[in-house]
Order: sequence, then C-alpha cells, then structure tokens
Amino acid sequence: MIELDRQKIRTYSLLGSHRTFGQVALELPKINENVVVIVADQMSPAGLEYFRDQQPERFFNIGIAEQNLIGVASGMAKEGFTPFVLAQAVFATGRCFDQVRVNLAYMQFGVKIVGLSAGLSIGQYGATHQSLEDVTLMRALPNMVVLSPADCTETAKALMAAAADPRPTYIRLSGWMNCPIVYKKDYDYQIGKAITLREGEDIAIIATGPMVYNSLKAADMLAEEGISVKVVDMHTIKPLDMEAVNDCLKAKMIVTAEEHSVIGGLGSAVAECLAPKAVKPPQLIIGTDDKYIKAGDYVYLQEQFGLTPIQIKNSILSNLKKL
Amino acid sequence: MESLQLAKTVRRDIVELTYKAGTHGTHISGSLSAVEALSVLYNDIMRFNKSNLADDKRDRFILSKGHAAMTQYAVMNRIGILSDADLATFKDDGSAFHTHPKMNVSKGIEFSGGSLGHGLSQGVGTAIALKKRGNTTSRVFVMVGDGECDEGAIWEAAMSAAHFKLDNLIVIVDQNTLQLDGRIVDIMNQGSLADKWKSFGWKVYEMDGHNVEDIKKVMLEGLKNVTCPTVFMSHTIKGKGISFIENQYNWHIGVLTQEQYEQAKKELEEV
Repeated sequence: MIELDRQKIRTYSLLGSHRTFGQVALELPKINENVVVIVADQMSPAGLEYFRDQQPERFFNIGIAEQNLIGVASGMAKEGFTPFVLAQAVFATGRCFDQVRVNLAYMQFGVKIVGLSAGLSIGQYGATHQSLEDVTLMRALPNMVVLSPADCTETAKALMAAAADPRPTYIRLSGWMNCPIVYKKDYDYQIGKAITLREGEDIAIIATGPMVYNSLKAADMLAEEGISVKVVDMHTIKPLDMEAVNDCLKAKMIVTAEEHSVIGGLGSAVAECLAPKAVKPPQLIIGTDDKYIKAGDYVYLQEQFGLTPIQIKNSILSNLKKL
Repeated sequence: MESLQLAKTVRRDIVELTYKAGTHGTHISGSLSAVEALSVLYNDIMRFNKSNLADDKRDRFILSKGHAAMTQYAVMNRIGILSDADLATFKDDGSAFHTHPKMNVSKGIEFSGGSLGHGLSQGVGTAIALKKRGNTTSRVFVMVGDGECDEGAIWEAAMSAAHFKLDNLIVIVDQNTLQLDGRIVDIMNQGSLADKWKSFGWKVYEMDGHNVEDIKKVMLEGLKNVTCPTVFMSHTIKGKGISFIENQYNWHIGVLTQEQYEQAKKELEEV
C-alpha cells in the first residue's frame, strides 16, 4: 500500500484525479497481482506512460472503442484478471452502457471502470464531455459498486480499495488539476462506509465528489452565522451507507450535494433511503439541474448550477427560512 | 454419434423443443441455420467435453448470436454435457436454460448472451488472457450471426483481434442472409462480409454451413498453422430443413401449431 504522506497528497492534488490514477496504478499490482490496465486511448490524460513502460505486460490500449473496452475487460476478468478500464466518464458509462450492464452487472465480472473528468471539470468542451448522468446509469445496475472520491487522496484510497474488492465497480474521478484537498493525511477508508468530516446539529450535508470540499466551505460560512452544520463524505454512492443517513435524521434539514444531475444520483439515493421513514427532515437536493448548458470554465459552470460554496450556503439559508 | 447423425438429431430436437414451448415460440429459424456448424464444432473441432469443463486447457465457446441457444443446448445434450433433465427445462419459468445462454461454466456455458455484438469482445478478452497466462493450448471459438454484424461493436472487436495478433481466436459467421425484419440485403446491406473481415486482418474461409463434411474439412484445414484470427463464413439457410420456415424472415421467432409440428417432423424424418 502507498504511504500517503504530505508530499504524496500534495503531488496528487496538483496532478488532479486523472493523473493520480497514473501514479497509483503502479501500486495496484502489489495489492492484487492480477491487475491489468486497459485504456480507450486515454493513456496520456491519465499519466500512464510510466506504467506502460514499467508494466508493459499489464497495459493495453484498445483505441477509441469503449464497447470493446468493456467486453475485452470482461473476457480477461473471466480468465482471472482484474482489469481497471479507463475512458472519459461520460463514454465509459454511457457509450457502452449495455456492455457494462451485461458483463459487469449481470455476469458480475469484477472489472473496475475508472471514469475520467466526471462532472463539469472539462466542461469547456461542451455537454458531450460533461458527465452528469453517469451515477444515475451505474447506480441503476444491480451488483454495481459506485465510488465517488472527494479529492485526490480519496481517489488513491478508492483505487486501492477497489483493487482488493471482487465486485464490479465504477470509480467516478472528478475535479481538475490543483484539486482542493479534503484529506490532508492518510485515513481509514472502507467501501460503503461514509465519513463524517464535521459534526453539527442544525443541518446535515451529505456530499460526494468535489462537493465535499465545497460543502465544508459552506459549513464554515454557515457557522459564522450561528448555524451548526454536519458534513458527511458519502464516497460510496452504492451500496449507500444507510446508517450514516440515519445518523442525520435529527437535523432540521438534510442537504445532499453532488456535481451530477439532481435526477438519479446521490440525492436520489438518499431520498430513497428517507422515503419510507414516517418522521424525517426535509431534503434539499443540490446538483446540476435537468438541462444542458453552454460550455465554459469549470468554476463558471459550477456557478451556473449553484454549486460554489457561497451558493450552497445561500441555498441552504433560503430553504431553512421556508421551514 | 457422427456429426451428420448428430445434426439430424438436433434438428428434430429443435422441433420438439419449439412445439413444447407452445405459444411462447422459439428462435427456431436462426437455430436451425446453426445446426451443422455447432454439431461439427462440438463433435470434431473443439477440445470441449463433459470431462474437461473445469480444465483450463479446454477450448472456449461463446455463442454471440445468443438466440441460437436452443441449438447449443441440444448439441450439448446429445454429446452428454447437458442432461435430459437440463434440456427438459428449456424455456420453463425460472430455468437455467432459457431463450438466451446464461453463464454457467460448470454446465459448459461460458458467457451470458442475448444482447447482440458482445461475444466477440468477450472472445478477444478471453484470447488475450489465455495468452497472458501462458495457455497456448486453448482456443476461443465465437459464433456470430450475419445480422449481428450490423453491430458496430463486432467491428471494434474484429479490429482489436487482428491488432493483438490473436491466432487463438476463431469466429464462425452463421451467414443465413436474413435478419428479423427481412433480407439483410434489404434491411442493411452489408456488402461483402467476407471482404470486410479480410480487410480487418482476418484469415477468411468459406464453407457450406449445412454440409457436415465440408465444415469439418474446411475448419480442420483452416485451423492448421494459424498466424492470425480466423473466420469461417458459414453459408446457411435460415430455417434449414423445414420447408415452410426456410428463408422466411417472419419465422425469426416461431410458434408451431400441431399440424405444422407434424409436418416438420415428417419432413425431417424423410431426410
């Protein structure tokens, strides 16, 4: 296992989650000797040149062919390998959805899909490259594990945990270079076990991906206004940590925050968990609205969808007033 | 049982299974076209039998045109891999042997199928993995339909098989020239399929897919000294053997009335 010291954490943050994969990939065969990496023409964006040179026997480039990527990985998985497959998140989940459904969900091959640039981080390329429905797609599939790391430290933790886990898994890598750091030192990470990063009584924010950092910032601002906010990092969207959701029931309002569509993602997962309960606080679902918007810079796009820390704070305040 | 007799028996089994399926019907015509190729494949070509199902050195078979599972089950039953009890559950509620194959390695079903265009990619992955593991004995056989070759995923996989020099990967195209909605040439003209495979870097052989001796000869010869992925274009007739089903696209999923069942049986007995 990689020792996640301050320098490594800083380096990963500078590289961004996509290139963090390139760094961590070298360690994965030490965790699981059957690991291979298959990319759909995404070696360079993931910083995998060194891995290719060091581990040529474990590296395959399948070209721009995501359907074949998943099928080939499944054939290899059946014969004993643990493939990590890389493509842009929107293509790795949407372009080859049926391949994922049949091979990973139905036949339960333990392939790990690593989706690059999930959310809005490369939104300047337009809606074709904004992966905002991937969690909805992957979460609907039986047997799939869906991971959404909060920062690059957690990206490394999630990748290492997935290498040791037999289940078919989707790992949603989001954020961009110089990614804000949530986890400044090594910590205990378990798939399916949410992490409470901050305790609070009034509001409980259950966040995932880049919205964990933004939620922590929003919580700081709300604290200045006398509102006590709990923040939970729901790094595993499926299977959802129901206990962690139940631990939020005493709050006046539960807020979910994700850089993903408000339809079918973390907000929906938490709502499905809350729905049967007779007594529960209202839920505010913060995410991207049900629309495509014009291309733009990462922060610009977050602003368009109300995902910046101050917007999250204001949204919580205005909804709190309505209670 | 010789492959010729096996094929005759399996064709009768298909009629029985279809009649038993009642109003649910079966994919009878695309199953009938694949009878001889699958009979020869299991009987004379593949190293795959009831005693080596767990042996890593076995050949692997993937039925990418999963709707012909009935033929696969019937062949596997006649060569002793599947029991009569297994086959008797075909299409029953909750059966392990439904319309399309469901992965069941201990019973000799390597992958689940039914969604077209998947099997060749699975075959590419299997073939790569076998090589990586140093298994130079096993070969991977994939049967695809010609209609299935409409799927772009087939060509993604075909391209990659040649790129990775998979001389342990063999495809049989059950070229029955029909697809669900009509003649392939009318629905989606594929031009020359053989030329397409060739241009993707495959060694191409043609064979009469209803002539057991020809299939055997062409495949045994073609599988000597292979240096690249190999494809056998198996020229067939959809619905082969039953006059009122042959070349009728609207029999893709067919229900046999008692009268049709009696006639089909009679025609097959006369062969």
